[in-house]
Amino acid sequence: MYWNQRYECLNEEELRELQLERLQTTVKRAFFNVPFYRKAFQAIDLEPGDIKDLSDLQKLPFTVKDDLRDNYPFGMFAVPMSEIVRIHSSSGTTGKPTVVGYTRNDIDVWSELMARALVCGGATRRDIIQNAYGYGLFTGGLGVHYGAERLGASVIPISGGNTKRQIMIMKDYGSTVLTCTPSYALHIAEVMAEMGITPYELKLRHGIFGAEPWTENMRQEIEKRLGISAVDIYGLSEVIGPGVGIECQAKDGLHVFGDHFLVEVIDPVTEEPVPPGQLGELVITSLTKEALPVIRYRTRDITSIITEPCSCGRAYVRLARFTGRTDDMLIIRGVNVFPSQVESVLLEMGGTEPHYLLIVTREGSLDSLEVKVEVSESLFSDKVRRLEELEKRLHHELESTLGISVKVTLVEPKSIQRSEGKAVRVIDRRKL
Amino acid sequence: MKIKQISVFLENKSGRLAAVTRLLAEKVINIRALSIADTTDFGILRLIVDKPDEAYRFLKEAGFTVSVTEVLGVEMPDRPGGLDSGLSVMAQEDINIEYLYAFIGRSGNGAIVIFRVEELDKALQVMKSRGINVLNADKIYNL
Repeated sequence: MYWNQRYECLNEEELRELQLERLQTTVKRAFFNVPFYRKAFQAIDLEPGDIKDLSDLQKLPFTVKDDLRDNYPFGMFAVPMSEIVRIHSSSGTTGKPTVVGYTRNDIDVWSELMARALVCGGATRRDIIQNAYGYGLFTGGLGVHYGAERLGASVIPISGGNTKRQIMIMKDYGSTVLTCTPSYALHIAEVMAEMGITPYELKLRHGIFGAEPWTENMRQEIEKRLGISAVDIYGLSEVIGPGVGIECQAKDGLHVFGDHFLVEVIDPVTEEPVPPGQLGELVITSLTKEALPVIRYRTRDITSIITEPCSCGRAYVRLARFTGRTDDMLIIRGVNVFPSQVESVLLEMGGTEPHYLLIVTREGSLDSLEVKVEVSESLFSDKVRRLEELEKRLHHELESTLGISVKVTLVEPKSIQRSEGKAVRVIDRRKL
Repeated sequence: MKIKQISVFLENKSGRLAAVTRLLAEKVINIRALSIADTTDFGILRLIVDKPDEAYRFLKEAGFTVSVTEVLGVEMPDRPGGLDSGLSVMAQEDINIEYLYAFIGRSGNGAIVIFRVEELDKALQVMKSRGINVLNADKIYNL
């Protein structure tokens, strides 16, 4: 199932031709309308005319989040404010928020991309989409909303939070598709169980979850507990919002809409591209954005490129499941640790509710990592020996996965704070 | 003859045990016996109460990790060697005891011992055949 078969299934030659033409237009637009880009190009003696082939992409300078912050709020816009019809902003989780703008055409393109994404994720115009992404400055809510309307589905703009009401509406209105963060989907499943509601009482059949990295195990957990098929959606406000990439029902990597974005994966330290299949930092160049073209934007998201064609027939390269962010990455005693690694271990152990918290402390000059894990009823035993065995097993599995020593602490259910947006998985108490 | 024991997972920090006892007090549930097994980080509270099904439900609703386990309540003579006679029987029959806790009952002149064993039915049979007084559940709940 496609939303736009013509553009989703372009042959390679057509796609490359379209990409080059659009890249050249974007580079020109950035150079002539954004002082920041003009300076950056001039600094390395590059002119828009030097981009003659797609491989010339690598000649272009990188853009980083700080560039957007330095030009706060509107300095990176390539059109006058009279052309801007919408302003969004990043969540500001890593500092001062970044502001992004959209022209009428950008909103149109974004709606098209989100309609494609929703169809790719299993939705049709007959679906009732319960959109539990936050509405507001965050791009998630309105991004899905416009896509759902473009698709012609019935959208419930419920936004995030008020979980019991979410469940009541899901049941009473017969929502068939749920869109939110994966951690919130799990929270909904948990509250549902507490309320004694089973998935059989719902009409839910698909979930489209994103805005934070999650694991294959977490997918299975969500699918089982909500009785749905769940796919991962990717995007970031600096590039457009959700709708940059999405999994199809093959669930084997996220398709990037290549007629609108060029993706590269680089080594975050050497900044050189890495071969397909190798983990690195995702870099995105927008091809059609008018208000805020981004050139080689460093996303800080860790993934790898899959070039093999997908069974669904879409033409674009895919990105492997995201394994974390370069800035979530903890360096503990010289070892790179991603919270998502901990999550996959916990889920593999079976039975463990995936509620956990990493706490990093430093005593003297030695870092130590503690992982708190909530004990669910299925893990609990009235025998100390059993719980100690569980602790030992977790300890062993975590150490062999992370490659550093870990202290495992079993904690009571609900003692780790729940979030209704992005989950807090790490507390770093080191004063670095 | 089998008694329902309520077990609760507790973190080893102040106020957690009180949170359980407060809830039981509010719900007018009477604790007949209890024991706590503790490790560095957590403890397991084991309770015999007058209304185990209700206690389980209330604790679960309040968000505790809780389970119900069947145990045996046995009356043993409250004199030197009283416990030993019972345990000797268990040892002879090769019944492994996971844990036990004891208290002195208000009625009769016996001490009451709560046994947690893996092979509950076998233990029950052995004790009865050896003339050990296994108390029925209602008697324990309503001591």
